Amino acid sequence: MSDAMSSIFGRLGWDALPFWSMLHDHSPMTLINGVIATGAAGMVVLGALAAIVLVSWLGKWKYLWSEWLTSPDHKKIGIMFIVIALVMLARAIIEAVFMRAQQAVGLDGGFLTAEHFGELFTTHGTIMVFFMAMPFLTGIINYVMPLQIGARDLSFPVLNQVSLGLTAAGAALVMISLVLAPFSTGGWTGYPPFTELSYNPGAGVDYWIWAVTLSTLSSTLTGINFAVTIFKKRAPGMKLFRMPLFTWTALCTAILMIFGMPPLTVATGLLALDRYLDFHMFTTDLGGNMMNYVNLFWAFGHPEVYILILPPFGIFSEVFATFSGKRIYGYKILVIATMCIAVLSFTVWLHHFFTMGQSAHINAAFGIATMLIGIPTGVKVYDWMLTMYRGRIRLSVPMVYAIGFIMLFVLGGMTGIILATPSVDYQIHNSLFLVAHFHNMLIPGLLFGMLSATNFWFPKAFGFRLEERWGYRAAFCWIIGFMLAFFPLYVLGLMGMPRRSVAYFEPQYLPWTIMAGIGALVILCALLCLLLQLWVSIRDRHANNVFVGDPLGWPDAGMVGLLTAAGIQLPGAARDLQH
Amino acid sequence: MTGQGKHSLQRNRLYPLFASLILLSGCRADMPGFMNPQGPIAQAQRHHFWVIIALVMIVVIPVIIQTPLILWRYRYRGHAVYRPKWDMSRWLDIIMWAVPILIVAILGVYIWRQTHELDPYRPIAGDQPPLEVQVVGYDWKWLFIYPEQGIATLGQLVVPVDRPISFELTSATVLQSFFIPALGSQIDVMNRMVTRLHLEADHPGRFEGKNMQYNGEGFHRQRFVTRAVDDDAFNDFVQRTREQGQPLDRDAYAIIAQKGDNRDVARELGLNTDDTDAVIRFSTVPDGLFHTIMAGSPIDWSAMTITPPQQGTTRTSVIGGPSDNDTAPSSDHPSSSHDRKEAQP
Repeated sequence: MSDAMSSIFGRLGWDALPFWSMLHDHSPMTLINGVIATGAAGMVVLGALAAIVLVSWLGKWKYLWSEWLTSPDHKKIGIMFIVIALVMLARAIIEAVFMRAQQAVGLDGGFLTAEHFGELFTTHGTIMVFFMAMPFLTGIINYVMPLQIGARDLSFPVLNQVSLGLTAAGAALVMISLVLAPFSTGGWTGYPPFTELSYNPGAGVDYWIWAVTLSTLSSTLTGINFAVTIFKKRAPGMKLFRMPLFTWTALCTAILMIFGMPPLTVATGLLALDRYLDFHMFTTDLGGNMMNYVNLFWAFGHPEVYILILPPFGIFSEVFATFSGKRIYGYKILVIATMCIAVLSFTVWLHHFFTMGQSAHINAAFGIATMLIGIPTGVKVYDWMLTMYRGRIRLSVPMVYAIGFIMLFVLGGMTGIILATPSVDYQIHNSLFLVAHFHNMLIPGLLFGMLSATNFWFPKAFGFRLEERWGYRAAFCWIIGFMLAFFPLYVLGLMGMPRRSVAYFEPQYLPWTIMAGIGALVILCALLCLLLQLWVSIRDRHANNVFVGDPLGWPDAGMVGLLTAAGIQLPGAARDLQH
Repeated sequence: MTGQGKHSLQRNRLYPLFASLILLSGCRADMPGFMNPQGPIAQAQRHHFWVIIALVMIVVIPVIIQTPLILWRYRYRGHAVYRPKWDMSRWLDIIMWAVPILIVAILGVYIWRQTHELDPYRPIAGDQPPLEVQVVGYDWKWLFIYPEQGIATLGQLVVPVDRPISFELTSATVLQSFFIPALGSQIDVMNRMVTRLHLEADHPGRFEGKNMQYNGEGFHRQRFVTRAVDDDAFNDFVQRTREQGQPLDRDAYAIIAQKGDNRDVARELGLNTDDTDAVIRFSTVPDGLFHTIMAGSPIDWSAMTITPPQQGTTRTSVIGGPSDNDTAPSSDHPSSSHDRKEAQP
């Protein structure tokens, strides 16, 4: 009997339940952390149950299955990708609020255990990169790109379904890890030898390996699909240099996905071999070398940064042009700059580990290569400003995100140049300065871009507009919350506070961690505003219907902007819509 | 951290932004980290930090100032000029590319030079020969071995002021990063590899030292105090350690190799654990301990012969598995084997 049980459940025991330790150990820390973990697990279970009950109550199982889950339509797959991204975004923001709350009271202690904090920063990072950012941009490109080039669907619709399934499976694994704990504590980078069997024998790292492997496979396939579609399925007359800028950035991102994702699939695969089959790729003994993992990881990791940021660049190019009522400034220059960034992104990975003991020649060369990326990026920023120059600017919700992006992103660029300076990086590497920098790139860059795109193209997808008042509130909460939460982290990093510390002992840190905690609460408000915006928009969808009383049928301001950007002449009636 | 108010005030005048930062934080000259540098490396790093900001500001400031101006001037209901088809200007393009290229060119030369100048592997020139310190990272503590003095400490690193310190570092467990912010650079420490670091303290004082790379639940407690003292006090420290410390024998080493922080070690060794900054002193150390740990061989507690460290030609010397047997510094131990060493948790 026990053999049968162990062959079914393996290492899985009752202690995997988040409330198990709480039942045996009644110390306050265990109780607090047990309650938090159990609450999170409860939300997963209740959320899943609520979804099942809702679909059954509406009698929509057949509709859901045949119209959505098995649909090869790129528009529906794109929307499903975005739904995954939004669910995961909500979870990862809540985790971030817990981490900031812990550090706000973390002088000499706090309320979270080190173990719990380790799981929080690992899941937060893993989710935000692999299960929020990647599905979000994949979803947007999936929806918009074929429409922009006049294709009926992607080249490989079934492959697209497979990609969605792989991402969904990975996201599900991360969610299940809340119920059957624990997750890895090795951070989103999962550096061995800490993640090797000898130091981490539990199931946490295995969750991480499989979730990330599924996600990277999904993204590689998606990249192939996008690139082939753009090269082969453009409508007649849609020459490469007539493509809208968003499609150009989608193309660059797709190429980066094809070459950037496999190194991580390989790295996590080799780590899995180490753990399951006693290989010694990254172990400390028997010839293993963890430096190989670090190189492989960042051979993925740096292109990944540009996979995440190029689609938002394309989105903002559309948004600036549309809401300035004007052609994009320097279309060709922007295309060239995007291509420069994509190529250069493969030449800088070493700047993620300047402190690992390479020679000064190597560090300096990679530092300079990193700064070269600043040139085309700077040109793009000025191109967007010149797009607004002599325009007629409407501060719509997508435009508010774009303005927040352009002003905050240059600050992140500046701190990026600082981090790319090897001599200074020796001081601020692994500190909260680094954390502040990449959030400075990913929140105003990636997330604002995605939210801007959602507001911009939502009417195209659903036939009604997103409500504006809650949209503005969300945008301003995001901008203010970001500044409050992350500017203090720059100061903390300069004061030498390591990232990933559950507690600290320097009283000088306290005012800044409290300020960052307040910022996290404002970001939580932003999340609530987003949900309310969605709710109010759906409630009032008939009032906001874009079909009502319009003889043209589809007043597609977004598409007008895109076509204008590509230099395609438009009939007068459509042109008027943007002014 | 120290009472270097006068120096800090002078520096504040040079760096107004820094002044405003610390005024905001309300902690004036006691701001930890390299913004209040206590050694030449940290001082140079702070200088470079502000030089880079000043150069990059040439590109950043126009964006931050002009974006709101453009938004206002070309607002929808304004009456500014409207040119919907204007999308190219050769002169603006030339400026847009030329300015960043020029800045990156200047930065490139600057970075090339300062990266070499501040390379952690580069010895610091000084009147006195550098003090050799060997650092071993454990979960979650640092062991400091003074090979010339034949002593070791835990929880406190004591160094003489105005004398370069030459570190050799390795890890007995996972990847860690050794860092004393007030003095200068951090460097990664890895099992089976040696990294190097050179620092110097300008002023006497107590500075925080830490691990920057997450290595488990005791990570945030992996701290130590760096005490920079004058030469007499340093000699006094060495003398006291030899007299009062206990030998770093097999039992003591087993305690260090367990998971736990400085206080756990002190408790297990039967020392007073009330003072978290307390130094744990070891009067004698087995010869070649550092390189034996690094190579992952069993430590020979009886051998007192000095095994000269052999280092590979690469800067991060890797001592690998069985195939590298002849290069391992401990190969003269007859018992040398490549099983996981007993120190491994």
